[in-house]
Amino acid sequence: MSLTTAHSVVAPSVNSKRIAGAIIIAYALISIVPLLWIFATSFKTPPDSIAYPPKILFQPSLEGYCNLFTTRTRQTPEYINSLGPATGFCDETTRKRNMVIAGPSNFLPRFVNSLIIAFGSTFCAVFLGTLSAYGFSRFKVPLADDLLFFILSTRFMPPIAVAIPIYLMYRELGLSDTALGMILLYTAVNVSLAVWLLKGFIDEIPREYEEAAMIDGYTRLQAFWRTVLPQATTGIAATAIFCLIFAWNEYAFAALLTSGTAQTAPPFIPTIIGEGGQDWPAVAAGTTIFLVPILVFTILLRKQLLRGITFGAVRK
Amino acid sequence: MLNRTAENVARATPEPLARKVRGISDKGLAWLFISPTILLLLAINIFPLFWAIYLSFTNYRANRPNEVVKNLGFANYQRILGDKDIWLAMQTTAHFVFWTILLQTLIGFTLAWLIDRKFRGHAFWTTLILVPMMLSPAVVGNFWRFLYEPQIGLFAYAISFVTRIPPTDIQMLSNVSLAPWSIIIVDTWMWTPYVMLICLAGLRSIPEYIYEAAEVDRASNWRQFWSITLPMALPFIMLAVLFRGIENFKMFDMVNLLTGGGPGSTTEVASITLKRQAFESWRTGYSSAFAIILFVAVFGLANIYVKALNKVKQR
Repeated sequence: MSLTTAHSVVAPSVNSKRIAGAIIIAYALISIVPLLWIFATSFKTPPDSIAYPPKILFQPSLEGYCNLFTTRTRQTPEYINSLGPATGFCDETTRKRNMVIAGPSNFLPRFVNSLIIAFGSTFCAVFLGTLSAYGFSRFKVPLADDLLFFILSTRFMPPIAVAIPIYLMYRELGLSDTALGMILLYTAVNVSLAVWLLKGFIDEIPREYEEAAMIDGYTRLQAFWRTVLPQATTGIAATAIFCLIFAWNEYAFAALLTSGTAQTAPPFIPTIIGEGGQDWPAVAAGTTIFLVPILVFTILLRKQLLRGITFGAVRK
Repeated sequence: MLNRTAENVARATPEPLARKVRGISDKGLAWLFISPTILLLLAINIFPLFWAIYLSFTNYRANRPNEVVKNLGFANYQRILGDKDIWLAMQTTAHFVFWTILLQTLIGFTLAWLIDRKFRGHAFWTTLILVPMMLSPAVVGNFWRFLYEPQIGLFAYAISFVTRIPPTDIQMLSNVSLAPWSIIIVDTWMWTPYVMLICLAGLRSIPEYIYEAAEVDRASNWRQFWSITLPMALPFIMLAVLFRGIENFKMFDMVNLLTGGGPGSTTEVASITLKRQAFESWRTGYSSAFAIILFVAVFGLANIYVKALNKVKQR
């Protein structure tokens, strides 16, 4: 009973809470500034983006997004005047800068590559990961700990070190710069995460459910399909999102092993250039489009985040 | 009806026979489930690793595939261990790993400790703080080049606003002494939340009654922090350091985009050297040997560290 009074003594005082809150809020706001700046820059015109002092208030414009999706060529005013009326907003802004739209840029195909490779590799990694995790969780596998460690150890290699032999292997197999090659590679990298995370999730599902199902006449496979999988949905979804984020964000392999047809967005975005250097509003626009899905996923995942980033080592 | 009969039959059948009747044995199923993963890893990780080991003993160059490959024995390894540039790159890497981990642990732990005060709205602000670590280091790192621009960049402007140094003098990426810090700052900005999240789990795992007992014993707040909070959160802090250590040892994306190893070779970490040797000079054999050395180094250090971590956990 004295313990219950002691409890209130332990609780942080109102003042210390206020100070803690103020510091955390200040840190959160400062750390979010670079991201807000990306967002703001994507709506600036090129002259506004390089103004000094940096402009906090500005007339928003979609020019960055226009430039992201198009390539443009400089033309003489006479030529531009000889053209018919502008078709649409992007055409009009481009002409104001004495340029005409020459065609679509590579951003869209690169973005689509990112989608195909990220979703493809996530599907494969989660599929393989779920099967192995179930295997490791429920059966006595000889050398299970060694195998699990082997699966994890593939993560110790610096990506560049892995890329050297992969580059040679893919060249022999004709997988260089193909989506299939990247999907295979990302699956191999992600499957270690998937196995470790999913083993944790499946370990938490009581064996009794399957045993009951098997007593009811299900085979092991049916029991896995009908009782384990439905219960592991949250874990599988969280794992899938982690794999998706990794594949989506990956840069080193993509930069070294893809150059054209299978290039993903991360190595492409830094190469967006305008006249006289980097076209920052277009880069910011590409970055914004690229980051938004991850922001949504982070919010969806916030309860599982800890588990995901520590390979299931810390649960809560 | 039919189901019932099947059930009764299944129940009446002796165990081993029942399994045969039901199809694949458990052992078979286990291997059926695990082998695809193992095969994939053998094909995409282990086979290339052995290939790299083989190449590391040769003078093979990927840009001249038709040249005769000579066996060099341990010559590549000897040359690497005697190469000043390689040692310089290792020092640069160690420098980065040390400073990023020190800053991230200090700031991350402090933030976690403050969040653990559970002020109103702490969940929302915690989520907000976590956002940078989920983003692509390459894509966001690339944008930091803009923030670091001496005149037009927001970072340089903010610093000059506070310090009154003219913004054209803040050459974060091209000044030899500032360039390493430009990378340390972005890495710390991005990954402090990671350490924070793990530390927070550590702090929340400390049972309340220990503090209550300390309170009964009239232990000062200071004393409680050093004798309870820190030692009990230590395994978590060490885990965060392990993960960050491995990741930062491999650091490539940010450095490649922010400075590309420059100016000169002031920010040339091991991964950048490896990339230059393997994909620019095309010294495939030589760089494979370096890759193997790096792998052994990370693997060895991580193993020693995990042993230390387990000791701390057992205490």
